[in-house]
Amino acid sequence: MSTTANTAHLRHQTRFERNAATREPRWIKWSILGLSLGFFLLFIFMPLLAVFFEALRKGWSPYLHAIIAPDALSALRLTLTIALVAVPLNLVFGVAAAWLIAKFDFRGKQLLTTLIDIPFSVSPVIVGLMYVLIFGANGWLGAWLQAHNLHVIFALPGMLLATTFVTFPFIARELIPLMQAQGREEEEAAVVLGANGWQVFWHVTLPNILWGVIYGVILANARAMGEFGAVSVVSGKLRGLTTTLPLHVEILYNEYNFAAAFAVASLLALLALVTLAIKSWVEHHSAAQQINAPLSMEKTS
Amino acid sequence: MSIQVSNISKRFGNFVALDKVSLDFPSGELVALLGPSGCGKTTLLRIIAGLEQADSGSVILEGEDASSTHVRERQVGFVFQHYALFKHMTVFENVAFGLRMKPRGQRPSDSVIADKVHQLLNLVQLDWLADRFPAQLSGGQRQRIALARALAVEPRVLLLDEPFGALDAKVRKELRRWLRKLHDELHITSIFVTHDQEEALEVADRIVLMDHGHVEQVGTPEQVYNQPATPFVYGFLGSVNLFHGRVDEGGLKVGDATVPHQQSNFANGAEVFAFARPHELDIVTDPAATKGLGAKVVRVLSFGVSSKVELDGSGSATGQHFEVELSQQEVQKLALQPGQLVRLLPSRLKLFERTHAG
Repeated sequence: MSTTANTAHLRHQTRFERNAATREPRWIKWSILGLSLGFFLLFIFMPLLAVFFEALRKGWSPYLHAIIAPDALSALRLTLTIALVAVPLNLVFGVAAAWLIAKFDFRGKQLLTTLIDIPFSVSPVIVGLMYVLIFGANGWLGAWLQAHNLHVIFALPGMLLATTFVTFPFIARELIPLMQAQGREEEEAAVVLGANGWQVFWHVTLPNILWGVIYGVILANARAMGEFGAVSVVSGKLRGLTTTLPLHVEILYNEYNFAAAFAVASLLALLALVTLAIKSWVEHHSAAQQINAPLSMEKTS
Repeated sequence: MSIQVSNISKRFGNFVALDKVSLDFPSGELVALLGPSGCGKTTLLRIIAGLEQADSGSVILEGEDASSTHVRERQVGFVFQHYALFKHMTVFENVAFGLRMKPRGQRPSDSVIADKVHQLLNLVQLDWLADRFPAQLSGGQRQRIALARALAVEPRVLLLDEPFGALDAKVRKELRRWLRKLHDELHITSIFVTHDQEEALEVADRIVLMDHGHVEQVGTPEQVYNQPATPFVYGFLGSVNLFHGRVDEGGLKVGDATVPHQQSNFANGAEVFAFARPHELDIVTDPAATKGLGAKVVRVLSFGVSSKVELDGSGSATGQHFEVELSQQEVQKLALQPGQLVRLLPSRLKLFERTHAG
């Protein structure tokens, strides 16, 4: 959604910048630029660099050893498994919720919109505790789960639940404004032309929101892989069994095994960087689509 | 196919969009639903299409009650005000959409679809745009593609929601003529919604005038223009001079002035609204004249076939603005000057009882 506004805005901005009458003095421009770049360097770029620096301080060999250690590999596997389950779940939920909220009027719509935001406003640690209270040994469902030999807390199901909860809003939040802006007319046109519900979704709704969906999936995925608080509470941190990459980093760090901790952290940072790269590629691609439309509109008529 | 709606009511919250509307749309006619915004015309069109559900009443298509028939099965063609073309599909795919969505058994083969689409694109004279995307078309072109897309499924009726509303004046005039021609070729029952009286008068076989969820008058363009049934219709179609008065023996008393009138079905003392079209007022320059409404010439606009004279009646009892239309010769003969005091004599007046209009 932000990409649409950006491109139109950018074109306007270049014109604005070239015009002497609307241009700000040079020193204002440079001091604002310097301020934000300085902030970025100090608080974001340097720490990121420090991770890779510390990870490789003792050379490549210990670095590789730390990464292919069985515990690290199982943490990587667990992280990817969780993301692979939580993201598709939220994809289905997010698209459904956005569709409901953007295209239909019903009682309680405002409430649902607010509920979707809860995972954003609740501290992840609280989320973890909620699940412990419900599914834990002394929790509401604890006795029943034990009787049926089902493990939720300190096991994979609990971590899946916590991650799914935390990444709940990303896709829905991305799609709701997009779908609201697009309105219902194209869907109505499709129905009048004889399309059934599934055909309308597949041939009309989905192509219109495709880039928004991809963008939301990337954001949800980044969060699913990086989640610490909620997962840490429900995982029990059984080394090699219920430790994800972020948890593994913490364990290594607490054992004063700094090189290994930073090595695994760098792996996580790399995953994040790859995600970022895909994200900016997606942004660029959807922006290009948006630019084409208004431009060609101007030249005809 | 004929369409009947009977006793349709629809509310949105506290707002009454339609109040027991009953109408009959005969087969093969091009009908305009005309009225100001918020009069319920678009709602009525959407209810006929099935895009909106009426609170009560029924829609009868070809003698069959279609109130519970799904939009998909009503076989209507709907053209949206903002076209609603599928942005990510080419013009060809847009027009082919309805055919491609048919259930497997009824779906024509690709070559049949291609033939049909090109035939329709030829009909709207845009075959050369088949591979373009909607964003690459002008407004007028988009509207014609939207029409071709609606016609592809061979609808039994064609419904158009403000079809020319978003276009500029010149394209609009062109498309109007084109739509009329197309209708004369296809003879498909069509209803279009508009708030533009000129558009309705020019294009439609029959006009339905609506206001506040009610039908005010139904008739041919000549009927509704020349014999308006209600004050609303009189005021809505064309420009008009309106004043309040009381009927007495000598004529119509407006303030302290008296004007003649032809309608005799009003009792003496009845309070009325009086309407006169701009060409139905004569200007009397003789200062000795006693009949007619006093007014002051403000401006004389002389372009086109006829001239317009704007007058200010604030000196007299009516205290309002008047508009008079005269031929160029008459204006020259009168030699009106701004500021000149004259009297206005209606050659034809239409009176409505005041309680009638609420």
